[in-house]
Amino acid sequence: MTAAAIASPRPAGARTATAVVTGIGVAAPNGLGTAAWWAAVLRGESGIGPVTRFDASGYPVRLAGEVPGFVAEDHVPSRLLPQTDRVTRLSLAAAKEALDDAGLDPAELPDYSAGVVTASSAGGFEFGQRELQALWSRGGRHVSAYQSFAWFYAVNTGQISIRHGLRGAGGAIVSEQAGGLDALGQARRHIRRGTRLVVTGGVDSALCPWGWAAHLAGGGLSTADDPARAYLPFDPGARGHVVGEGGALFVLEDQAAARERGARVYGSVAGYAATFDGVGSPRLADAAGLALADAGVPAGDVDVVFADAAGERAADRAEAEAIAGLFGAFGVPVTAPKSMTGRLLAGGASLDLAAALCALCDQVIPPTTGTLRPADDCPVDLVTGTPRRGVRLRTALVLARGRGGFNAAAVIRGTD
Amino acid sequence: MKQLELRELTALLRECAGEEDGVDLEGDVLDIPFTDLGYDSLAMLQTTGRIERDYEIALDEAIDSAGTPRAYLDVVNQALSAREAA
Repeated sequence: MTAAAIASPRPAGARTATAVVTGIGVAAPNGLGTAAWWAAVLRGESGIGPVTRFDASGYPVRLAGEVPGFVAEDHVPSRLLPQTDRVTRLSLAAAKEALDDAGLDPAELPDYSAGVVTASSAGGFEFGQRELQALWSRGGRHVSAYQSFAWFYAVNTGQISIRHGLRGAGGAIVSEQAGGLDALGQARRHIRRGTRLVVTGGVDSALCPWGWAAHLAGGGLSTADDPARAYLPFDPGARGHVVGEGGALFVLEDQAAARERGARVYGSVAGYAATFDGVGSPRLADAAGLALADAGVPAGDVDVVFADAAGERAADRAEAEAIAGLFGAFGVPVTAPKSMTGRLLAGGASLDLAAALCALCDQVIPPTTGTLRPADDCPVDLVTGTPRRGVRLRTALVLARGRGGFNAAAVIRGTD
Repeated sequence: MKQLELRELTALLRECAGEEDGVDLEGDVLDIPFTDLGYDSLAMLQTTGRIERDYEIALDEAIDSAGTPRAYLDVVNQALSAREAA
């Protein structure tokens, strides 16, 4: 990679420019860092366990997916520690991993050529709770000046942008669990309009009492005490989901620019679409169909589906029907590695995207854990128990549903 | 009479706003602009609020234009003297 290769004029973004992933960074309840996480996924190792980050004994829900062994001082410069919530620290760590993985030094990029678009559902919740406590117990003069931005949804985008000098097109997307894919879609739009590189994806963390109250108020959480049996996507015993923290961030680049600098490409974002549910009219299937059309890929070409996996009977049934409608009953392998992490809000679909890319690279479908077999009314070929090998994997479909009616789908193609 | 010393100020800066890589706060920093030490307006706002609370003084707008530790300590110590005299 020479300075000349980086500085040479890049083709102006075309409406059909291809966006490829050249770097991945992960913070997940079953592994910090992409390699640790993916190895745990293939071992079927879950990161769900009793809440340790605060005393959850008084609540009806006491399980969560917590990122293990994250020492902020190891990942975040001292100057940023007083002004960052845990979620921003996790985001900074994942962004750095993705940029390093892509072999990029952002300082060498032309100014304004690279941006950041991340998804967030909660912003800096723990930081905000602490400042609210200070406000109401000690008074306004005890509230941190950093609360002015440490809490809000765009803070991860902002801090990543500032730290790495990524001053090009950017933004923040808030569409709950669909956010990770919606951010990817927005990043691709920027690349098609001429931005050569975007750090994108989503990370969320709201594992504090205030966050817990919010999660509980939203409903749908499993009250099971056994971590292995709490979150069971598509299982007849499905009884809600577990909340986790973490997610994944990516370097998304214009394919021509990536080739120019000899970057290693994980895969391309061949298609993306988003829909919004109508009253009594869920539109996940539409999102998937539109994403496939956007990719120019017939349903028959899809080799694996990464499911939204609500872990709630009605929602599982609806998703299974959507998948069966597109691919036929048991028509395509389906999996939900998020069974090992819980649902990660804005981090969820991003981590699924990382799993899809790793699956395509390693030619293996990760398992869904917990669930023994899908319910009779969920006719999906669910990969359970151990990873499935021996299937040629070229195209993956990632599905996501965000609370409130958001649906998103992305079609990912491998590189061979 | 209580007067704030440079070492106390740098300790507070560290606590309130961290420490920039490559900056030696233990060195002779009295006349180095805060921005060169890695502290932006929000870092100073955070530090000023902390000093106001800890020492029970009110610092007026003069503190916002105090761009170096020397100038900053002058404003703080004037306010501390005034409070002592009151």
